[in-house]
Amino acid sequence: MTAMLEVADLGHTYQAKDGAHTAIADLSFTVGTGELVCVVGPSGCGKSTLLRTISGLIRPTRGEISLHGNEVRGVPDDLAVVFQDYSRSLFPWLSVQKNVEFPLRRSLGRAERRARAAEALEWVGLGAAGRKYPWQLSGGMQQRVAIARALAYRPALLLMDEPFASVDAQTRFELEDLLLKVRTEQDTTVLVVTHDIDESVYLGDRILVLSTSPASVVADLKVDLPAQRDQITTRESEAFVALRAEVARLLNVGKTSEEVRARREANEQQAAKWAEAERAEASRADAEERATT
Amino acid sequence: MTRFVQRWAVFAGLVVVWELLTWYADDTFFPRPTEIAAAAHELWFSGPAGDLFLTDTVFEHVFPSIGRLLAGWGIAAVVGIALGVALGRSAAAAEYAGPLLTFMRSIPPPLLVPVFLLVFSVGTTMQLATIIFGVLWPILLNSVDGARSVDATKFETSAVFRIPKPQWILGVVLPSAAPKIFAGLRVSLSLSLVLMVVSELVGTDNGIGSQLLVAQREFDFPDMWAGITLLGVLGYALNTVLLVFERKALAWQPKQERTPATVEEKAV
Repeated sequence: MTAMLEVADLGHTYQAKDGAHTAIADLSFTVGTGELVCVVGPSGCGKSTLLRTISGLIRPTRGEISLHGNEVRGVPDDLAVVFQDYSRSLFPWLSVQKNVEFPLRRSLGRAERRARAAEALEWVGLGAAGRKYPWQLSGGMQQRVAIARALAYRPALLLMDEPFASVDAQTRFELEDLLLKVRTEQDTTVLVVTHDIDESVYLGDRILVLSTSPASVVADLKVDLPAQRDQITTRESEAFVALRAEVARLLNVGKTSEEVRARREANEQQAAKWAEAERAEASRADAEERATT
Repeated sequence: MTRFVQRWAVFAGLVVVWELLTWYADDTFFPRPTEIAAAAHELWFSGPAGDLFLTDTVFEHVFPSIGRLLAGWGIAAVVGIALGVALGRSAAAAEYAGPLLTFMRSIPPPLLVPVFLLVFSVGTTMQLATIIFGVLWPILLNSVDGARSVDATKFETSAVFRIPKPQWILGVVLPSAAPKIFAGLRVSLSLSLVLMVVSELVGTDNGIGSQLLVAQREFDFPDMWAGITLLGVLGYALNTVLLVFERKALAWQPKQERTPATVEEKAV
């Protein structure tokens, strides 16, 4: 299997007013073509920084990222992201169909754009909803639109940032199965960032377990479950239960020692602050990017 | 439909009350509405059939006034939106321009009429300058605010999909800012009516404002009141037309997110 994404010795340090903060210490991993890899880590551990460096929104202070052999500098041409906040990520003034077409305007003619968007909406089971506006759809359907938009873009790598964290449990199961279905059908390489252990085991071919901040890879686990997964039988299978326990153990879940709890709380508090620093950095990087193109 | 009738019934009722009061008071300064209507008819609607019964006054004074109002407002809209979006998307530019903008918008525009008179001399240019300077600020500041309010997720989404700059501005920033821009446009439209009149009060004998002044000086109170009424009707009509456009442009907004209807909006 060839590597689609290679992350080598990645590190990122934010310069904030009250000193520097290292979000990612030393990260190395690869994602093979056609693989679905889940990154799971405690909240505030630097997952979103990782995602932003891979998507080229911010430039890492150390290390190297390459997508199908090309070093990532600025946002790559063939990368799509599905964000957690679908209601903000979709454009409310555009119909569902136009939302999916929006990123294709740069490269495709009208007819082709339309065909591709219609096809992608078909994949996610929203073939009939093209003329609706996003806000007329349920949350789960909106996230499906966002997935369709990403797929229509034909990305070499599909990044998903906590994609199902804002929908109810039932919808979440549906969306997980939908993701597994379309990625098999379309042979997409996917990297899912999540804090949900069960989800990472259920979705992934592999799981990268991250440490608390500064993030590094604690374990790179292969998910030994049949490719065809089922919300009930897979989740009750011995292999699933064993694996989720292993991931939980690696993440120190349930250990309520004062030290762990204090560290987690501190992390969560910091998370908000870093998010701001990240945004600032992302917009700066974007400005540079636009200035150079 | 019934609400429409109810609303206008109240309006009609008030006119009747006014008619009775003025008839009872019999005061030269307050002519009866019927007298005002007669004066208005005489002034504007007694022309030849070929001109749709409009008089020369309409062509020589009313239309030029409306023309200047729309031109001034239109120019202010183009400049205000373009500049506002640019400032709103550039933190540095906004920081530099901020104090200047606050300073300029604090100047009451009518005070600048003498200045514009000096700079542009009497005429259309000076009148346009007065209107533009007066109505630019609500549009500009609302555009800045609107452009700034594009949320981070939309920004990142656009960055990730490598949306080109023109498409980003026209396809993401402008629609995001549109509700605020329209609010600014509406405030400016009613302001431009005021400034149109103000700009016609000095150094000109053309326009609704100057006609009004003449009527007042000649103690022709029915004519004066007719002019005032015309301004009211004009303001109402312009606002109604703009609201129609706004509804069309913002039809995508989910109902509950719409800004609560103001009195003027409900009147349509």
